[in-house]
Amino acid sequence: MTEKTDFTLAELMIVAASEAWRGDGEVLASGLGVIPRLGASLAKLTHSEGLLMTDSEAFLVEEPIPLGPRGDYQPRYSGWMPFERVFECVWGGRRHAMIGPTQIDRWGQTNLSCVGEYAKPKSAMLGVRGLPGNSINHINSFFVPNHGRRVFVEGEVDMVSGVGFKPERWNDGERSDLMQIRIVVTDLCVMDYDGPARAARVRSLHPGVSFAEVQEKTGFPLIAAAELRETPHPTADQLALIRRLDPHDLRATAIKGNPPGIRPAV
Amino acid sequence: MDKRMTTADVVGALRDGMTIGFGGWGPRRKPMAIVREILRSPVKDLTVVAYGGPEVGMLCAAGKVRKLVFGFATLDAIPLEPYYRKAREAGELTELMELDEGMFQWGLRAAGMRLPFLPTRCGLATDVVKLNPELRTIRSPYDDGEVLIAMPALKLDVALLHVNVADRLGNTLVTGPDPYFDHLFARAADQCYVSAERVEERLQLDAASARSNTFERYLVTGVVEAPFGAHPTSCPSDYGWDMSHFKRYAASAGEEGGWQAYVDEFVTPGEAAYQERNGGAARLGTLPLPVF
Repeated sequence: MTEKTDFTLAELMIVAASEAWRGDGEVLASGLGVIPRLGASLAKLTHSEGLLMTDSEAFLVEEPIPLGPRGDYQPRYSGWMPFERVFECVWGGRRHAMIGPTQIDRWGQTNLSCVGEYAKPKSAMLGVRGLPGNSINHINSFFVPNHGRRVFVEGEVDMVSGVGFKPERWNDGERSDLMQIRIVVTDLCVMDYDGPARAARVRSLHPGVSFAEVQEKTGFPLIAAAELRETPHPTADQLALIRRLDPHDLRATAIKGNPPGIRPAV
Repeated sequence: MDKRMTTADVVGALRDGMTIGFGGWGPRRKPMAIVREILRSPVKDLTVVAYGGPEVGMLCAAGKVRKLVFGFATLDAIPLEPYYRKAREAGELTELMELDEGMFQWGLRAAGMRLPFLPTRCGLATDVVKLNPELRTIRSPYDDGEVLIAMPALKLDVALLHVNVADRLGNTLVTGPDPYFDHLFARAADQCYVSAERVEERLQLDAASARSNTFERYLVTGVVEAPFGAHPTSCPSDYGWDMSHFKRYAASAGEEGGWQAYVDEFVTPGEAAYQERNGGAARLGTLPLPVF
């Protein structure tokens, strides 16, 4: 496709996020937040129709539900998936979730609990939620709308809520082979932890972003993937699907300032 | 047999230092009429066990929480529970047991099954094990030898739940799409008090409706008729959460004397005044269900 297409950074990130689920087959795809959810929905409608999704409440749907007020749209359910069954799914490992942690470290460990000292935190966040169980049991991807050293911290995250690849955290006899981190989609790039010894690695850079800038805004050393490339632009077909899935343009509020997908030259 | 009682009867059965589990999930189907009655009472030093919503924030703000056993505290649409956050950041919550949502469920389940623990991988290799030194691990006695967390039973003195319908015998119905984990709270507790939107003489249901019954009446100590008793949290399929009330509540956490003002306006005057100040039955009954 060679035609010129206008798209926002959010739309570029939705397409990048959708790639997280490629090849997963029949697993529950849980995208938490506007961009991850649109990414999962796009994945199901394009390259990964086997994915299971819910209405973000308690029912399974085969047609991803558009975000926001539904007007005349009537969801059609294919099954029931209350929280208790989501836990069963988590423990069985048939899920791939994408969430936005408060902090992520060089080992892929994540924090959703609090920033600062645990006993008297500078900022109390949600709590660990399901992160300990999700992270050790099934595939996880992460979403970061504000790539910077506050998120990608220099040392360990302040409260390790989700497991990672730090050997010292694992004791003899504990199974670390059931966990998997797929990708990290940020407003600058797409990363993974597939470098040597599970080092964090940049797979693709968003248009106009340099590796040096990503490294500068990350608290730990990064590796550039051998095949480092530009994050693929959304196609016209993908943009049409995104518009259908997000009729109220909630994606416009997902990234601060709703910048264009191709960063203007300065 | 008649298990009907009032919120005052329920709170009258509570004692200082008790471990109390609250049903529901975040801002969904919380027994708030009973919570408000607790706020009006002198009961204190509670161990609060919850998938936390505003009940956690309110009990923290009122200084009634000695220990919190939780996986999160949130109002969903307002992600960070304002008074939980305030208490945490002031260093006021000194006894915390922060657990993975699944470990939490396992703890309730173990208690309900009268087991000392249930094994799980959830929590391994995280700070959950480091910050809760009482959590022990166990090695599988079989050939795999896997090391797991032995999640201890979360035994409750009292469970407090809110449902859509109950009868005087203690039968209950949850008509919303998700029963959450109320049944496990009921099983984990020595006493379980259930408030309900409607309390009927005796449920007489068809087979399809009977499936909305999620736990047995022998688990239920008392039932309280409390219309809009989950407000400001949601009570699907009856009504949604009250965003404007949540905003007012959240804003109060940032105001000087904000909690006292909230208590004066919404708690002290009692449940009838509470409903009136939130628009009365006409408004409360039509709060739209949230769309996700």
